[in-house]
Amino acid sequence: MMRDERLWMALGWIVLALAPWWLPWLGGYSALGTKVLVYGLGVMALNLLLGFAGGLSFGHAAYFGLGAYGAGMTLKYLAPSTPLALLAGTVVGGLAATAFGPLVMRRRGIYFAMITIAIGQLLYFVAVRWNEFTGGEDGLAGFSRQPLHFGGWVLDIRDENKYYYVVLVCFTVAAWIMRGVLRSPLGHTWVAIRENRRRAEFLGVRADLYIWAAFAISGTFMALAGALNALLFNFTSPQDLHWILSGDFVIMIVLGGMRNFWGPLLGALIYIVAQDYLSSVTDNWMTFIGLLFMVIVLAFPRGILGLLRRRGKAAA
Amino acid sequence: MSAVLQAREVHAFYGKSHILHGVSLEVNEGEIVTLLGRNGAGKTTTMRALMGLTPPRMGSVTMLGADTTRWPAYRIARLGIGYVPEGRKIFPNLTVLENLTVPPPRPGPWNLARVFKLFPRLEERQGQLGRQLSGGEQEMLAIARPLLLNPRIMLLDEPSQGLAPLVVQEVMGVVKSMREEGLSVLLVEQNVPLSLGVADRAYVLDDGKVAYSGTAAALAADHELVQKLAGATAES
Repeated sequence: MMRDERLWMALGWIVLALAPWWLPWLGGYSALGTKVLVYGLGVMALNLLLGFAGGLSFGHAAYFGLGAYGAGMTLKYLAPSTPLALLAGTVVGGLAATAFGPLVMRRRGIYFAMITIAIGQLLYFVAVRWNEFTGGEDGLAGFSRQPLHFGGWVLDIRDENKYYYVVLVCFTVAAWIMRGVLRSPLGHTWVAIRENRRRAEFLGVRADLYIWAAFAISGTFMALAGALNALLFNFTSPQDLHWILSGDFVIMIVLGGMRNFWGPLLGALIYIVAQDYLSSVTDNWMTFIGLLFMVIVLAFPRGILGLLRRRGKAAA
Repeated sequence: MSAVLQAREVHAFYGKSHILHGVSLEVNEGEIVTLLGRNGAGKTTTMRALMGLTPPRMGSVTMLGADTTRWPAYRIARLGIGYVPEGRKIFPNLTVLENLTVPPPRPGPWNLARVFKLFPRLEERQGQLGRQLSGGEQEMLAIARPLLLNPRIMLLDEPSQGLAPLVVQEVMGVVKSMREEGLSVLLVEQNVPLSLGVADRAYVLDDGKVAYSGTAAALAADHELVQKLAGATAES
């Protein structure tokens, strides 16, 4: 089982590393691959909270958007540095998640969801109204990702293929850290709280602090995804903070399978590729995503990866 | 001997139904005390009230010198109170080893190696998921888990429930060894002869009140009283 997983991961990395070569063959393009990785990172981060700690956040676009605005504004107003922009976006979103965490950490189920939506919408309206600073409804433009300097050597990541590899490196490092967290006592305690909060508490676990930690860590990696996304399009808008995007994140996670670490990445892949393809065919692409979502939820509640896993086990 | 656990006139409710009508009991240091009574007498509710899971509406609970009446469960656990709930409430989707890493470690003699020495089966099955264990193994895991908190008091709610006789003997052996380690134990049991066999003192609950208290030996000798109060006989 363990060896199996390593084999799959190695295969996955090879496929991802070669994406700029094989994507055009399938009618894709590098930026589409980048977008899948960016959203995949974001929903894997959200899934730490949703799938592992059991906190249903319907407002995680808030931290995606804060990461995006943080990165964009750093480039536009502070300094033309890509690493600084990514760092600033991640820190801004991460700090916001840490600050808002105590508002939600004691709530459960629907109340948890409602408060996370409210926080997200609050930030959305700030971005819409604060015209001169955020660009308002038109979004924030007028910044672009800058070449990376390693001593004397310059990597011009304005090229889409090269930026893909920057995102792949960020994704890999973030996924490695998140996996480590889930394999630590902190991750096990999240699962324990999800399975039975009371049970964890009478073993001495202060559940609300663990949920706070899940919220903060998940928000931080979500913000990194947002920052990478802003630099991908050299643009961000209040839509990146809106609850509809938060809902899309949850849909991607449920599609792929929320009881699995990699499930959300698969969900993001299906969602984004379907969106890219279907939206060029029909304006009503969301109808088809909705139908797919219903089929998955009704027939395979563990998501597509959950289904593939069970098939794999039955065959073995 | 000094009392490490003292409940005074504890009243507890589930919603509007009044379950405990002023329960008072004591556990002294290094003692095994058993709490007996018919189904619905309030044994589990007493344990939950002590643990802060069904907080007392009236009365008070003092444990290890602290007034814990209004404390949340996690704080009571961290004071050094190990709780093994009725029905082995382990985490089914965590492995044995992961189940054991949930309690935040507290300094003391108990660590993973010692727990595995006491329960070799758990060491063999450390990579298995909780739900893949047999009933007896789950019970052992449920007992092993709070030991890692290095508790000074253990609250055990029906550890023998639904287990094969051989496994019950093993569990009772562990309870006795807890006393040898200097732990104080409050043991709820349906199996009256079994618990009177290991306990120093006994309380019998009836209708949410303490109907009898005395030494386990004296209660075991009084067959009529046992039958009347606990709805079972002391002979096995």
